[in-house]
Parts: sequence; C-alpha cells; structure tokens
Amino acid sequence: MADIRITPHEILLPVKPGFIAFTLVAALLANLLPWSGTWLWIRPDFVALALLYWCIEQPRKVGFVAAWLIGLFMDVADGALFGQHALAYSILAYAGIVLHRRVLGFSGTPQVVHVVILLLMNDLIVLAIRMLAGADFPGYPYFVGSFVAGALWLPLGVLLKLPQRTKPDPYHA
Amino acid sequence: MEHQPPPFFKTGLTPHVRLLIFSALSLAFLVADARFNYLATLRQVASVIVYPFQRIAAAPAAIATRMGEFFVTHSSLRADKARLMEENFNNAAALSLMNGLKAENAHLRELLGARQRFAFPVTTAEVLYAARDPFSRKLIVDKGSQGDVRDGQAVVDDRGVVGQVTRVYPWLSEITLITDKGHLIPVQNLRNGLRAVLAGTGTDTELDLRFIPLNADFQNGDPLVTSGIDGVYPHGLPVAEVARVERNATQLFARITCTPSAGVANHTHVLIVGGRPDLPLPPTEEPKTPKTRKSRKG
Repeated sequence: MADIRITPHEILLPVKPGFIAFTLVAALLANLLPWSGTWLWIRPDFVALALLYWCIEQPRKVGFVAAWLIGLFMDVADGALFGQHALAYSILAYAGIVLHRRVLGFSGTPQVVHVVILLLMNDLIVLAIRMLAGADFPGYPYFVGSFVAGALWLPLGVLLKLPQRTKPDPYHA
Repeated sequence: MEHQPPPFFKTGLTPHVRLLIFSALSLAFLVADARFNYLATLRQVASVIVYPFQRIAAAPAAIATRMGEFFVTHSSLRADKARLMEENFNNAAALSLMNGLKAENAHLRELLGARQRFAFPVTTAEVLYAARDPFSRKLIVDKGSQGDVRDGQAVVDDRGVVGQVTRVYPWLSEITLITDKGHLIPVQNLRNGLRAVLAGTGTDTELDLRFIPLNADFQNGDPLVTSGIDGVYPHGLPVAEVARVERNATQLFARITCTPSAGVANHTHVLIVGGRPDLPLPPTEEPKTPKTRKSRKG
C-alpha cells in the first residue's frame, strides 16, 4: 500500500481527458440528487468544486467551454433563469485559470482559504442575478455550502490524483 | 518591430478575452430568457440532454423507497388495508351523494341557462425531485409534453392545490408550488364566498392573502377554495386555511396569513388536472380612455 499523501515533488502521470469528463458528469449527478431540507442548505455545489479543481490543476485542459456548457445544464435542471450558472461558472473558471499558479503555490489551509473565497464569489454572482430577477435574499445559510466545499477540497485533491499516480516499481527494492 | 511568438507557444485567446466572450454570451442569454422568452427551443434541447442525468440521479432514492416498501410488515399492511377499506366505504357514500347533487346541479344550471361546469381530466405524475434551489419552490415531475401535460395546468394532491405547471419539457415538467414567492392564486372564502388573491411567500408553511380591507370578514380557520374565475384552477379545490388575522389600523390592508391544505412540501405523486376550458375572451380595453382607477374586487 503506497503512502496516500502526495509529496510536492512526486511526478504524476498526465491526466486523461476521459477522467476529467467523468468527474464533471459525476459532479453534475451529485448536484442533481434529490437533496432537500437541511441537506439542501449544506450541500456544496459539486459542479463548481470540480470545475474549480480542474481549472486550477489543469488550466490547459478544462476551461470556459466546459464551464459554460455545464452551467447551462445546471440552469435547465434547476428550472432557473437560463445563463445564471453559465455566467457564474465562466467567471469561476476565469478566476481558477488566472490564479492557478498562486493557489498551487500554497498548500493545506491557505489553499482552502483561496478556494472558499472563489466559491463564495461564485455564490455571490448567482445571488446577485437572482436578486436582480426579483428573488428575496434567502438568508446567510445560503453560503454554508461553500464552506462545506472548502472542507472537501483537500480530500478531493487526494482522491482525484489517485489515477495519476505511478505504480510502485516492482524491481525497486 | 513586429515580434511573433513561435507557433508552439500559441495558446489561443487569453483568459481575459475568453471571459469577456463567455460573460457576454451568458448575459445575453439571461436577458433573452428573462425579458423576451426567446430561448424556449434551446432550453428544450438542453433538457433532452440533461434528462438521462436527472433520471439517474433520482434513481437511488426511488430504489431506496421501493426497498423500504418491500420490507414492510404484515401487521402494518393489514392496518393500512383496514384503514383504506373504511376510507373507501365513507368515500363511496359521499360519492353517491355527490353524483346525485351533480345531476341536480346540471339540471338547475340548464334551467337557469348558466354555463355548464367542465369535467377536468386528470393525470397522475411522479415527483422526481423537489427544488434544489433555495430561491424558488418548484417540483420536477416525470410527465411532460409527451404525456399531454401543458403549460398552466393545475396540480393537486389528495388534500388540495399544490401548484401549477409552469414549464413543459418533452418528458418532464416543472411545477411551481403555491408557496413560491410571486405565485398568485384566486381563492374564495368557503364560509361567506368572499373572493381574494392568495400569494406565496417563499416559505413552505405560509401564504398571504393580499389586498383585503381591514373590515373584511375573515376569521381564523376559514377554509379557502379556488374560485375558478381565472380559468386555470377548477372551481372549489381546497387551497388553504386562514391561520392568523392581524388588523392594524395604521395600515391600509389586513395582514392575513394562511397555511396550505395540501402537503406542499411532501409528495411522491401529484395529480395534474388537465384542460383549460375555452373561456370567453376578456373584454378588450379601449386604448383612448383616460386613466381611471380600477375598482378593487374584495
């Protein structure tokens, strides 16, 4: 059993595009699960989390097109205004791509702080669009999901890097 | 001096330009959808693509429910059966009485020359999931335009009105609950026949009666039913019960809070009541008349 932690200098295999697509679809499914009541409030936006992860880790492979399209699908599934998630996810992807070197320069808690701030910005954009369209402020628990997502960030990083790790060399003592 | 980077450094547009393009596109979509309803077709296409995911995501909960149903005990089944038989017996008595009244009513209406009431066809639909959106109160059900569901149909459960079909996709449709903020439903007080408009507030257990004068006769516990004058909801479906009446002389209207009769937040199945009867067109307004205050109906 290899050590689960990833050292900063470990060389990883290139990520497969199929795996990225799979995680994004899985995130969409997780968002579409029938959440209700309190669970709905503490539910992190899995799609935003997965998008931000890939935009920071692989800014050359995942970008605006994926973010925008998956945002449109979220809008349809939520029965929301067409384009609100698309806009929020596009801006999130931009932030992820522009800041990826900075965020990867940190590790542990400072990295999580960056992620939470970016996800809160995503929430604020959706909130602003909804309030412009005439909705009421839903209350501060609305932002809880982003903090939950922040708590999931480090475990998610370990999990999503598993397919990229090299197998231990059997001839190596 | 012109300086071109070598081709292997080319990465396409910079993120700033891409951000501008995609934000502009999103904003255009937002405006087109919110103001002009231009994107209905695009939404239909996207909904067909998302549909399998919606079904897959709803599956685990459905399987869990079925498993729970499988492991039900014998005694609880017997108790259920006894209760249902008793209910059925009571309902049968009421129903036979109602059939007689219906015939009598039709006859009287014929004598009076009044319009006949319509019998509304009913379809059952299964709720796939409730709103995951903290901003609105919506349900997604598994019948769509392929199952003859249309925009604007009323949705009820066994106790009363749940909401209205607001968007129809090929195999799914969206129901806006009566508790959704901004949803209005014309009602009538069953006790004295007063008409009013009931508005959703965005919370699951509260509805507001709007624009009721301070001296209007509404009391705690008054049952409110649909008045049917909008042509959307059939007449006489229970909607809500008056829960609290506050009359404050400093304000123009009484503040009347009601609780919905239907289990708005807990459903697995709902009934979609079909067919808007072809009502006579509302009178057209004459454009040249000077602005007059419209009389308010109580």
